[in-house]
Amino acid sequence: MEWVAAVTAGSMAGLGIWMMLDQHLIRVVLGITVFSNAVNLGVLAAGRHVGEAPAFIAPGVDAAALVNPLPQALVLTAIVIGFALFVFALSILKRTYELHGKNDTDQVTAVVEQPAPDGQENGVEQGGTLDVDERDPSAGERE
Amino acid sequence: MNLLLILPILLPLTTLMLCLLARRRLAWVTLISLVGSTLLLITGLWLVWFAAQGNVLSGQMGSWQAPYGISLVIDRLSAAMVAISGVIGLGTLVYMHRQPMASEFLRDAHLFVHGLLTGICGAFITADIFNLYVWFEVLLMGSFALISLGGGQRRLAGAMTYLVLNLLATLLFLLAAGLVYGASGTLNMGELALIFRSGEATTSATLGVTLMLLAFSIKGALFPVFGWLPASYHVAWVPVSALFAGLLTKVGVYALIRLVTLLWPTPGLAHDILLWVACATMLVGVLGAAAQTEIRRILSFHIVSQVGYMVLGLALATPLALAGAVFYLIHHIIVKANLFFIGGLASRLTGSERLAGMGGLYAARPLLAVLFAIPALSLAGIPPLSGFWAKLILIRASLEAGFGWAAFIALLTGAITVLSMSKIWNEAFLKPHPNGDQAVQADNGPRSAWLVAAVLALMTVLLGFGAGPAMEYAWQASLQLTEASAYLQLPAKEGAP
Repeated sequence: MEWVAAVTAGSMAGLGIWMMLDQHLIRVVLGITVFSNAVNLGVLAAGRHVGEAPAFIAPGVDAAALVNPLPQALVLTAIVIGFALFVFALSILKRTYELHGKNDTDQVTAVVEQPAPDGQENGVEQGGTLDVDERDPSAGERE
Repeated sequence: MNLLLILPILLPLTTLMLCLLARRRLAWVTLISLVGSTLLLITGLWLVWFAAQGNVLSGQMGSWQAPYGISLVIDRLSAAMVAISGVIGLGTLVYMHRQPMASEFLRDAHLFVHGLLTGICGAFITADIFNLYVWFEVLLMGSFALISLGGGQRRLAGAMTYLVLNLLATLLFLLAAGLVYGASGTLNMGELALIFRSGEATTSATLGVTLMLLAFSIKGALFPVFGWLPASYHVAWVPVSALFAGLLTKVGVYALIRLVTLLWPTPGLAHDILLWVACATMLVGVLGAAAQTEIRRILSFHIVSQVGYMVLGLALATPLALAGAVFYLIHHIIVKANLFFIGGLASRLTGSERLAGMGGLYAARPLLAVLFAIPALSLAGIPPLSGFWAKLILIRASLEAGFGWAAFIALLTGAITVLSMSKIWNEAFLKPHPNGDQAVQADNGPRSAWLVAAVLALMTVLLGFGAGPAMEYAWQASLQLTEASAYLQLPAKEGAP
């Protein structure tokens, strides 16, 4: 079974990296997710899960037949964190799309490389204070 | 379970939660946040005092024994890093105090800085690889929120670059942690060090560790994987980019130093590769800075170049070189954060971040010129400031180790750094303002920002004149790094509390 997992993880990682090299930001972000799942699978497959039975230790159970629970715990943690980061990446992506009108990595690079606009107060755009419209509309609803 | 051991994590986390509870009133949030970071600074200094006497704090989370439970260890290096995080954290919060921003913006900034500090301090004191990954993610989350704070086209584009490449690095780290666990059966740094030091490490374990070093190199912005840093730091809000410039890449450097000294205490192949990487990083960073014409972009490239010096110390692996790396780390964090703060003040007064649009500051604000000159000269390595001693130690260590060419590159980088600093000096300070000198704003802005710049400049001077005791501490820290007895004893501690 391990080699199936290894091959799957490997091809998913390849796919993820290929997507990250794409010109469209949406594919880059989705590529990260694919890659992150490949990594999760890889950690699970590499993590010495010797046995077949789930790791519920009851009296009289042969411990050698149990699967190693530690990689499962690691991957569970990684999935939760990965999900949070993916959601954040999506929100940045959405906002970038709204501001730029297109999702293009070249566009992102071009904008970052532009000379800094003058008259910024502390590097904030739209003048001195934060424009209310510029804020995330859901910011007020969080409370 | 020693409370002092977990205070560096507990304090920023508690502050974050209290700030969240008080979020409706900015005054309360500010108060709690400033008190919390002051307490963190005090804890850091207390830890340094404790560690300077030769004590090493170590313990198991939830009393689960190593190697199964998570271990925390605070030795000299960790203590110094926690203290310096407290300094920069407090400095950032004081700097952003009363900045002309919407109150929601300031509130969010306070919250996220504490989130970031939680992750940073956690990464400095953990002795467990997977736990280190978790702290990296915590600090990453805080940094994502901070870098995109305020929105706007340019900032979000920078945040996107930062986000994608740092996520990739963290995922590589996770994969490496999984592979190392699979190959060696442990996530505890102490047990891993025992396996590697006894020469029982399998090839796959070594490969896993190599992947981990790559991930840390991306975090620490080493050549050739530094591209994300100069592409994103200059778009963030000034206090945020100062905080990042001071602390973030240094977490990667810290992790590199910790892992390499633990696993390979004597020079080997890894050190040879790191030596080349270090020299390339120094040169490429400083040459990249020479091509830039905006103040924060110049400074961003200098972060890359300076990280090269620290890795040079790590790569030489003699006690003197490691001590130099530790000293450099501390010196650099103070100086670099301060340069970003001062750059922010300068561009606020002149109304531009482009060197072409700045000028007239020497005539209009001589104090700011002095404040800039101190960290800038220190960065370039002019005696008697802290950067001189840091560079002197590293150059001497490379000559002693027989790497004259590495010493030459370090010297050359220092010379080009002077060039780049004098470029900022000439353009922003000496040259008249392109719109006439009256174009320099009369309003100095919040005084607290100036206070932070002055205090950090004073610390640079003090670190220069008090280099003796600081170097003694760094020397002991470097001996402790390779000896690592606290780490090596972790798995043996049967029935430890």
